[in-house]
Amino acid sequence: MTETQTLNSFSTGPDERGRFGLFGGRFVAETLMPLILELEQAYEAAKQDPSFQAELDDLLKHYAGRPSPLYFAERLTEELGGAKIYFKRDELNHTGSHKINNCLGQIQLARRMGKKRIIAETGAGQHGVAVATVAARFGLPCVVYMGATDIARQKPNVFRMRLLGAEVKPVTSGSGTLKDAMNDALRDWVANVEDTFYIIGTAAGPHPYPAMVRDFQSVIGKEAKEQMLEAEGRLPDTLVACIGGGSNAIGLFHPFLDDPEVSIYGVEAGGYGIDVPNGHAASMTGGRPGVLHGNRTYLLQDNDGQILEGHSISAGLDYPGVGPEHSWLKESGRVTYVPVTDKEALDAFQLCTRLEGIIPALEPSHALAYVKKLAPTLPKDNLLVMNMCGRGDKDIFAVAEHLGMEMG
Amino acid sequence: MTQTRIDKTFAALKQEGRAGLVTFTTAGDPDYDTALSILKALPAAGADVIELGMPFSDPMADGPAIQASSLRALKSGQTMIKTLAMVRSFREENDTTPIVLMGYYNPIYIYGVDRFLEDAIAAGVDGLIVVDVPPEEDEELCLPALAAGLNFIRLATPTTDERRLPQVLANTSGFVYYVSIAGITGTAAPDVGKVKDRVQRIKAKTDLPVAVGFGIKTPEQARALSDGAEAVVVGSALVTAIAESLDEDGRATPETKDRLVGLVESLNGALRRTEQAEAL
Repeated sequence: MTETQTLNSFSTGPDERGRFGLFGGRFVAETLMPLILELEQAYEAAKQDPSFQAELDDLLKHYAGRPSPLYFAERLTEELGGAKIYFKRDELNHTGSHKINNCLGQIQLARRMGKKRIIAETGAGQHGVAVATVAARFGLPCVVYMGATDIARQKPNVFRMRLLGAEVKPVTSGSGTLKDAMNDALRDWVANVEDTFYIIGTAAGPHPYPAMVRDFQSVIGKEAKEQMLEAEGRLPDTLVACIGGGSNAIGLFHPFLDDPEVSIYGVEAGGYGIDVPNGHAASMTGGRPGVLHGNRTYLLQDNDGQILEGHSISAGLDYPGVGPEHSWLKESGRVTYVPVTDKEALDAFQLCTRLEGIIPALEPSHALAYVKKLAPTLPKDNLLVMNMCGRGDKDIFAVAEHLGMEMG
Repeated sequence: MTQTRIDKTFAALKQEGRAGLVTFTTAGDPDYDTALSILKALPAAGADVIELGMPFSDPMADGPAIQASSLRALKSGQTMIKTLAMVRSFREENDTTPIVLMGYYNPIYIYGVDRFLEDAIAAGVDGLIVVDVPPEEDEELCLPALAAGLNFIRLATPTTDERRLPQVLANTSGFVYYVSIAGITGTAAPDVGKVKDRVQRIKAKTDLPVAVGFGIKTPEQARALSDGAEAVVVGSALVTAIAESLDEDGRATPETKDRLVGLVESLNGALRRTEQAEAL
C-alpha cells in the first residue's frame, strides 16, 4: 500500500520477469516455457517494427471499423442526474465486441512467427467468434475450446464459429466452463508446440500475454483520450469498465493510469452476492492471490487452494481469475474494484436498452449498473466514460429467460 | 548435501544393474483408506520410487486419466493435510522407499511454502515435482525446498533445447524426469529411439539419474524405454487401473488394490527381465 506514495508511474509494468509487483510471472510447465520465451522475443521484435503496427492499424481501421465512437449518452445522463456519461462504443466493432482488437494483433504476430494453426479458449463465445473471424480472414485452421456447459448456453456464438470454419471442441473436464476450456487449450498447445499459436482472449495467462493483450486493447483508451479532448477539451474524470479477465478494462484504463486526476473503477461480477459461497465471480473482491493458468493473481479458491467455478449471469465474466495487472492495480490502490450483482446488471441492461436504444451485452451491463450507482453522486461537470465493450445480441435468450419473457 | 532416500535408492539400483520403477498414484484416489493401503503395498509390489500426486482441480499438464484421478480424490475429501498424513502413516512402516510429492503450485502456495516444506519433511517426504514452477520461478519454491533439504526434481521435455538444458538442470536434484512426449500425461506413445537419444544428451550434461515418463502404459514399453535410463515412470496406466476397478458409484472394490498391485508387479518384472536378457 505504501507503493502508492513511492511509485511515480503505474504504466511501466511488467518487469523483465513478467511481474506486476507480486502478480503475473511465468508459472507454466517446462514444455511450454521455451514457447513462452519465443513468443516474448517475437512480440518485442514486432513492437520495434513500424510495419507491424502499420499493418495492424490498417486492419483495425478497415476491417474492425475503428475508431469506435465516443458517444454522449444524453438520456441516461438526464435520468441519473449526475455525471455526464459517455459510452466508448466498442460494441460497434466487427464481431460485436472489443475482442477483435486483440485477435487482430495476435494473429498478425502468429503469421509473423510462421505459425500455421490457431487455437483459443472461449467462455461466452465472443473471443471464440473473434478468433474464428481472424483465422478465416487469414486462412488459418482454427480450433476453439469451449466448455460443454457454455456451448449449451451460447448456441448462437457456437454456430457463428462453425460458420466461420472453426472447429469448436467441447470441453467436458472439470465443470465445462471457461477455466476448463483454458486448461484444454493449454494441453493442446503443449501437444502441438511446433506449429500452433494460442490466442489467449484476456489479459491473463503467463507473461507476455497479460502485457501483450493489454497493449492490443489499449487502443480503446488511447482513442477515448483523444476523443474526450476533442469533445470536452479535457481528460475525463471517471472511467468505468467491467472485469472478467479484464481485457476491455485494462485497454481503457492503461493510457490513463498516470493521470492521477482520473478516478478509475473496475466492476466485477457479484453474481448472487459476494456473501454467497461460490455464488459470484468477483475474484478481487471475494478471492485471494494464488497461481493458475501461468500467473499469480487474485483467484476464486477454497482454503486448500482448489479453484472454484464462480457464478455470473454473464458467461463472459465467470472466470475464477483476473489479469495480474488488475491485481496489482488493486493492491497499489490506483483502481477501485467493486462488485455488482446479476440482478443489478439485468436492471441496467433494461435501462440502457430503453433509454439509449443500445442493447448492451451482459458484461458491460455490470459496468452500467455501477454507473447507475455512481453517476448520481457526482457533479454534473464530471466527465464519465464507460466502456460499452460488447453488444447484447448473444444475450437476448438468457435475458428473456431471466425476465420470464417469451421470445417472439 | 547428505544422501537422501532418493540418492540411496538410485545407488542401490545401480548396484543391482537394473532400471527402477517409479509409480504415480494420487493421494486420496479413490478414497483415503484405499489410497493409503495402495501406498503401503507399493514397495513390496515393486515400486522403487513412489510419486504421490497432490490432487489439484486444474491439472493442466495432465491427460484425462490423471485429471479424473485428481477429481476423484478431491471429491472424496482429500486435502493437503490429509496427503501429508498419508505420507506420515506410510513412513511408520517404511523408512527406505522414497516418496516424491507431485502436483501443482497453488495448493502449496495456499498452504504456505515454509509451512509446507516443514510439514513435508516432518512427514517423511523426500522430493518434490511441481509442474508449473519452471527455472524462471526458482525462488518461489525450488530454492527454499533445496535449502530445507528436499530434492527438487525437474522435468526436461522434448522442447527443452541444448541452450536451455543447463538452466533446467542447474537446481535439479535427486533425479531428472525426462518427459518422453511433447504433450500431456498418458496420451501419445513415446518414440523409443528419440527418447534414448535425448536421455543420452541429458546424461552428457549431468551425473543425476534420469527417469523417463509420460505415455508409458505397458510392461513392454517400460522395458523398452528403460534402456539407457535409470528409471521409468508409470502413472496414467496405474490410475486407469484404479478407475476400472471401481463400482458403479465410483467406490473402491476388493479388486482395486489387487489390480494395482498386479500391474506394478508386472511392470517391475518387465524391468528385471531386461537385466536377465542382457546377462545372457
